[in-house]
Amino acid sequence: MYSKLRSFLTVFILIFSLHSFAQEHGHENEKHNEHGEKLSLKDQIKADIKHHLQDSHDFHITDWLTFPLPVILWDDGLQMFMSSKFEHGHATVEHNGNYYKIAHETGHIYKTDASGTIHLNKNGFPTNKMPLDFSITKTVAMIMITALLMFLLFAGLAKSYTKNGGIAKGPGRFFEPIVLYVRDEIAIPNIGEKHYKKYMNYLLTIFFFIWFVNLFGLTPLGVNVTGNIAITAALALLTYLITTFTAKKDYWKHIFWMPGVPTLMKFVLAPIELLGTFIKPFALTMRLYANMFAGHVVLMSIIALMFIYKSWIGSSLSFGLAFGLSILELLVAALQAYIFTVLSALYFGSAVEEHDEH
Amino acid sequence: MDIPRIIGGGLIVIGAGIGIGRIGGSAMDAIARQPEATGKIQTAMLIAAALIEGIGFAALFAS
Amino acid sequence: MEKLLNEFSVGLFFWQVVLFIGLIFLLRKFAWGPILDAINEREEGIKNALAEADKARQEMLNIKSDNDKVLKEARAERDALLKDAREMKETMISEAKEEAQVQANKMIEQAKAAIANEKSAAITEMKNQMGDLSVSIAEKVVKGELSDKKKQLQLIEQLLNEVTLN
Repeated sequence: MYSKLRSFLTVFILIFSLHSFAQEHGHENEKHNEHGEKLSLKDQIKADIKHHLQDSHDFHITDWLTFPLPVILWDDGLQMFMSSKFEHGHATVEHNGNYYKIAHETGHIYKTDASGTIHLNKNGFPTNKMPLDFSITKTVAMIMITALLMFLLFAGLAKSYTKNGGIAKGPGRFFEPIVLYVRDEIAIPNIGEKHYKKYMNYLLTIFFFIWFVNLFGLTPLGVNVTGNIAITAALALLTYLITTFTAKKDYWKHIFWMPGVPTLMKFVLAPIELLGTFIKPFALTMRLYANMFAGHVVLMSIIALMFIYKSWIGSSLSFGLAFGLSILELLVAALQAYIFTVLSALYFGSAVEEHDEH
Repeated sequence: MDIPRIIGGGLIVIGAGIGIGRIGGSAMDAIARQPEATGKIQTAMLIAAALIEGIGFAALFAS
Repeated sequence: MEKLLNEFSVGLFFWQVVLFIGLIFLLRKFAWGPILDAINEREEGIKNALAEADKARQEMLNIKSDNDKVLKEARAERDALLKDAREMKETMISEAKEEAQVQANKMIEQAKAAIANEKSAAITEMKNQMGDLSVSIAEKVVKGELSDKKKQLQLIEQLLNEVTLN
């Protein structure tokens, strides 16, 4: 029953995402570039994929369904206005005597002169001054939605326990085994029976958060949250901070004064070990970011093939390929959440591990 | 991205691919030998693969 | 790398950290805490129930062994009673037999004695009667015979012979 429902949902999501992508193209066939020239189909697709992967200041679902989001800037004081003022990045906004424009190269807001000129360096990146941008962007909105959903879902599950005398009911029934899995297969083996409890909150939250945003990335909403390096960096930073601040004496001892090796080696090992502690969260950041980013790029490129090869063979082939890849991405969504959680647990485990004297 | 960078990226991907492939193959062997330890082997395999993958990605972005 | 650094959004980073930490604390209070507690409680409950079932089974075994013991005792007692009864029966029978034998012997003795008495009495009587008879016969014979002298002598001689033979 569950598997039937799941496969139905998969197909539904896939078809829906194809549909919304196709629609986007139908509407944007007449797109023009900055200089008013008509874009070729390939350039259009490139721009679309880039647009999809980038964070944006409005919540764009289709051309006729776009929600403006608040822009919050820190630029000699708080500057707030709605993103609709940018007119999807085409207009320069004047606010409190400052001029702002979104550079489509990066999707960020830059300070410009009154005419909205953006200076580019030789690699094609803007060199204009950037205000500190705390806007509620599409990604932030998605994080909020995910957080709300998680809260409702798991608070509901928690409530169903007290209502039903310790037995889960409703949608929580599906998630309870996963909670148990995180505890029994991730936390306890990697951290140890003695210390795992204080990390459970973090591990559970990070597992479900990454999994859910990854899944949302595959829906027609298609918001690529974990494909933003700032997001994965923030998550990895939290793991790093928790590791560092809960670490026991043994952890530091093994970094700065490795027991059981000659004294000379201790001096060599210390900087390597110290560097290792920074490389770990960096690798966490990169892995999640690159996996999700690459997954989205490949999936969207293959879907886009449908519009480039306008014959039925090419289209059906690319549909089949996109279908297979979507299912693979569903797996990757869960796998990346799992790996991030396992590695976090592993790092926590090394932080609280108590070694026998060597 | 110029030509040496592209070649470097390719080499990284080949190296990481070989590494992860070897891990996967060895894990399959181990599972065939000890099917009762499948869970543990899978976890160890995923962690090892993830570590290689992490280094691979880091190198790929640095290139 | 430059592309990554250019794409890095401080605002996004800030929001992610703030929202995520908020989410952790919210979920800790309203979700993970109660969920993990409930699961723990349930697991403890199952463990306790299993232990209790084990204990109950042990008790059952104990009771059963007790029962067996009682049963065994009862059976032994019954056997002892039966054995006693059998022995008693046997002694009673043998005693009765002995007594009967004795009685029978006694009765036989008495009967024998009685028979002997009767016999001797009968013989005496018969002797008396025969004496009488023989006297009367002898009277008659003598009456008849004594008419003839020779015959009388003959008879006396004969009688005398007979008497000595007796």
